Amino acid sequence: MVAVVPFDQRAEVLRMNAVDKIFPGDVQALRGMDLQVREGDFISLLGPSGCGKSTALRLIAGLSDPTAGRIEWAAERQAGDIGVVFQEPTLMPWATVMQNAYLPFRLEGRSFNSAKDDILQALRLVGLEKFKNAYPRELSGGMKMRVSIARAMVTNPKLILMDEPFAALDEITRFKLNNDLLEMQARIGCTVIFVTHSVFESVFLSDRIVVMAARPGRVIEEVCVDAPYPRTEEFRTSAEYAAHCRAASRALEAAMEAA
Amino acid sequence: MTADAQVPYPPTAAAPVVDAEEARRARKRRIEQAARWVLPVVVMALTIWLWDRLVAWNDIPHYILPGPGRVWGSLTGDWAILWDAALLTGRITLMALVVAVLGGAGLAILFNQSRMVELSFYPYAVILQVTPVVAIAPLIFIYVESKTVGMLLCAWIVAFFPVLSSTTLGLNSVDHNLRDLFRIYHASRWQKLWMLQLPSALPYFLGGLKIAGGLSLIGAVVAELVAGTGGVGAGLAARIQEAGYRLNIARMFAALALVAAMGVFIFAALSLLSHLMLRKWHESAIKREG
Repeated sequence: MVAVVPFDQRAEVLRMNAVDKIFPGDVQALRGMDLQVREGDFISLLGPSGCGKSTALRLIAGLSDPTAGRIEWAAERQAGDIGVVFQEPTLMPWATVMQNAYLPFRLEGRSFNSAKDDILQALRLVGLEKFKNAYPRELSGGMKMRVSIARAMVTNPKLILMDEPFAALDEITRFKLNNDLLEMQARIGCTVIFVTHSVFESVFLSDRIVVMAARPGRVIEEVCVDAPYPRTEEFRTSAEYAAHCRAASRALEAAMEAA
Repeated sequence: MTADAQVPYPPTAAAPVVDAEEARRARKRRIEQAARWVLPVVVMALTIWLWDRLVAWNDIPHYILPGPGRVWGSLTGDWAILWDAALLTGRITLMALVVAVLGGAGLAILFNQSRMVELSFYPYAVILQVTPVVAIAPLIFIYVESKTVGMLLCAWIVAFFPVLSSTTLGLNSVDHNLRDLFRIYHASRWQKLWMLQLPSALPYFLGGLKIAGGLSLIGAVVAELVAGTGGVGAGLAARIQEAGYRLNIARMFAALALVAAMGVFIFAALSLLSHLMLRKWHESAIKREG
């Protein structure tokens, strides 16, 4: 049973066609994964550990090649087209907040002065402009994650990949970052693929939830969350939210049984 | 949108201590701080006093064991000779350290960039390291004409390896997510080396440097003992040997004290350098409360 994704006019960013990934030792991490990503999508990959959601993300990022199947980008992929946020903030400890956010530009060969306005804008977006000269060790876990998000967004990428970015944070910080993430996405209009194992987080954030099962990793169901954006704290306590959470939980249970 | 914690930046000064437990802890910290300097000085004073008494009580002749007063006399009286010797030994040591750093870090980067070069040469670096320099030194001075070059070579052999091995470890200790991030942004090999691997390796390199500083002094001393004094004048080790032949034991002690002081100076200077380079960001340089 696959929920029907409402047709829309948005342009395609990339498409995964029957992608398989087999690791040495005959471990099938991913089998026959299809995924269509359109501009402005907020897609969550939801599933138990070992279901291949992080593998799918690595394949999309180009860090690893599919064993079979294809990942097709609508346009030629450039270096700054993808932003990534890992589960850890993954900042360079020897560099200030500003220098960390400058990294994608620096690797492109852009001078600091020409990039400065973009960097400050990204830091403003995550609310850390005042901390631009701080070193990572001076920041809290949530603030480090904000720097990581600013770095991912600074190049205005076509696609942002997030691999359980808030899993290690406390719930209060996580809720706050969820809200802020949606606000940022609305403001810069980026496309996001978000890996999580939290039903509540995926329903709150995404318009599509791809539910995956483990051994072998595969897509079980696509749940559509058609609640309108902007979603605020009220949405978190609404009946509509609860209904979507139930639907996603049922799909996840089905995925666990299928495994 | 605001940050999740309202931490002022830069952090303001700590609030005054109020409760009894914290006051106790602060007092303990102050006492420990003072003891860090006072205790070693007391131990040294006691040792020198005991040494002096032992010599006086037992009437030990000065050509067997001079008292501390006589050693001090030699240190001040022979200062011109000893200072020249110290300058020579110090120069060899510093030059050897520079060559060890260039060679050790250079080899580490080379090994890191080419696995094949590493597989070819790493075993020989280990062999060079495990063979005692005292055993290699006489051979070196057969083939190397210049005393200075020979001494440098000896000191380099003992000192380069800690720099090589710790820098290699550092270059390979890059956060794997950061490595992935650099790949996603299509970083070149040089960008990866310059912006990621070298900064990651810095704390490891500085650790190796501290060890290499002490070892290059050892290398210089060993080289002097083997090379003798001809040609370049006498360093501290050569002065120790020479004074020993003349039963001038006081001067032996005085020269030895200078060698020790030089070792301490090198260690302190390199520790300071390490602290200055890491204090802003590295865990090792951070003081934590409690």
